[in-house]
Amino acid sequence: MGTEKNLVTIKGLHYSRGDKVIFDGVDIEIPRGGITAIMGPSGTGKTTLLKLIGGQLRPAAGTIHVDGEDVHRLSSSELYKLRIKMGMLFQTGALLTDISVFDNVAYPLREHTNLPESMIRKLVLLKLEAVGLRGVWKQMPNQLSGGMARRVALARAIALDPMMIMYDEPFTGQDPISMGVLIELIRALNDASGLTSVIVSHDVEETASIADLVYVIANGRVVECGGSKEILGSSNAWTRQFMRGLADGPVPFHQDAPPLVEDLLGGGQ
Amino acid sequence: MTAPVKALMDQLARLGRSGVGVLEHLGRAHLLLLSILGGLGDLVRRPRLLLIQLFSVGVLSALIVAVSGTFVGMVLGLQGYYILSQFGAEQTLGVMVAASLVRELGPVVAALLFAGRAGSALTAEIGLMKATEQLSGLEMMAVDPIKRILTPRFAAGIISMPLLAAMFSALGVMGGYFVGVGLLGVDDGAFWSQMQAKIDTYDDVLNGVIKSLVFGLVCTWIALFQGYDADPTSVGVSRATTRTVVHSSLAVLGLDFILTALMFGE
Ligand SMILES: Nc1ncnc2c1ncn2[C@@H]1O[C@H](COP(=O)(O)OP(=O)(O)O)[C@@H](O)[C@H]1O
Ligand SMILES: [Mg+2]
Repeated sequence: MGTEKNLVTIKGLHYSRGDKVIFDGVDIEIPRGGITAIMGPSGTGKTTLLKLIGGQLRPAAGTIHVDGEDVHRLSSSELYKLRIKMGMLFQTGALLTDISVFDNVAYPLREHTNLPESMIRKLVLLKLEAVGLRGVWKQMPNQLSGGMARRVALARAIALDPMMIMYDEPFTGQDPISMGVLIELIRALNDASGLTSVIVSHDVEETASIADLVYVIANGRVVECGGSKEILGSSNAWTRQFMRGLADGPVPFHQDAPPLVEDLLGGGQ
Repeated sequence: MTAPVKALMDQLARLGRSGVGVLEHLGRAHLLLLSILGGLGDLVRRPRLLLIQLFSVGVLSALIVAVSGTFVGMVLGLQGYYILSQFGAEQTLGVMVAASLVRELGPVVAALLFAGRAGSALTAEIGLMKATEQLSGLEMMAVDPIKRILTPRFAAGIISMPLLAAMFSALGVMGGYFVGVGLLGVDDGAFWSQMQAKIDTYDDVLNGVIKSLVFGLVCTWIALFQGYDADPTSVGVSRATTRTVVHSSLAVLGLDFILTALMFGE
């Protein structure tokens, strides 16, 4: 079991989908106990990165170590054991829609512990209380708004007290109030239980406001890495464009394509 | 290379690619089947999961199977009577109705209805669970979605199918009885006694049960695989659902021929 400074170490990561190269030699170190943000525009592969860390996808080359273990060399039972220690909050929440909020949060507890039902009930209510949603335990997931569903999913992700949580775009689609609540919640969870948090996001302001360390990725590589103040004030043209939301810069608004005139006159050949 | 040769080579390459595609598809389907079977041990310890699926896969398909069985039996009674009475053999109507149902129509039609009613629902459910990341979510909770989600549905499909086919046949016999004896005046005693004398427990009933077990396995397997393998988009799930119904129906009819030849051929 690792006691290194870094909980997650990614070295020389290469990954492609079909012909499309998504990661082309990425190195990322995620220190224990902090909040690390990985930012980049949509489609750069942030979700893919989390799935690689969780062992759901296999890299073409490179290694990913979590808590000292090479994720892609573990047997499937070892991988499952490691995953118990990793919580992941999916973009959509990914709650099971055929069971209630209570049963969703209780799911990992019932799967991985032998606790009596009375104990599970207490734990579930405490976890729901932590995300401010104890009142909805009886409801079904389809009765919740998107933001609430994600907070319930957060309660489920922390049910087993993992050592790290990976958040996939936690801020998209939140109204300003729940945004503030969520930011505080992520910070509080991180500090109170000594968690390590990984946030992937394209929401610059919110993410920069709580991250201790920020990686900016683009075109399959890490463009820059540093504290959030450093990154916000970066002189790197790419980082500046992304962080300030400028239309002009090294990243074109248009995807690669032949000149417009050619396409219009060519009848789409 | 001249143009015609190149065109020919392109055709061949395309054919080869689609051949490889089909094999890959079959390979993935068999791997999935193995993983599903691997979850059966776990299922024994969680009978509740199976009960829930027996309800949604089996019980919810019962009504359409019952109604169809009754009507098919009534039609058999009618058609059988017209033909048999030409030879003065209407006393054997019971045998004809029961044999057609137990040997063929029960297992086959019940399986076709099952594919349309339960199979399509299974594919859509699993495909949507994939599209909404519920399956990924389970994996990240260190829960194997194949064991927890697919295996119970698979077992429920195999258990339900023979029961549904039996129900189809039983109600079909009642339908045939109603038309033949009730409406057309076939002798009540002859209808049943001929049936009892001529329908064999092993040759007819057991073979019918074997057929429906095979159909249950194939239909449920196809439905689960299509859902699990679906493109996680609305178009992908809708295509997968269509494929489930088409592939299951073709598989049932093709297998029925093979099984019949094996069971009843000399
Ligand atoms: N299942 C998939 N099949 C093919 N391509 C995919 C799939 N999932 C994602 N991609 C592609 O991989 C790239 C990265 O996707 P993703 O990790 O979801 O990006 P992000 O989360 O940064 O928006 C995108 O260009 C997307 O088109
Ligand atoms: Mg994403």
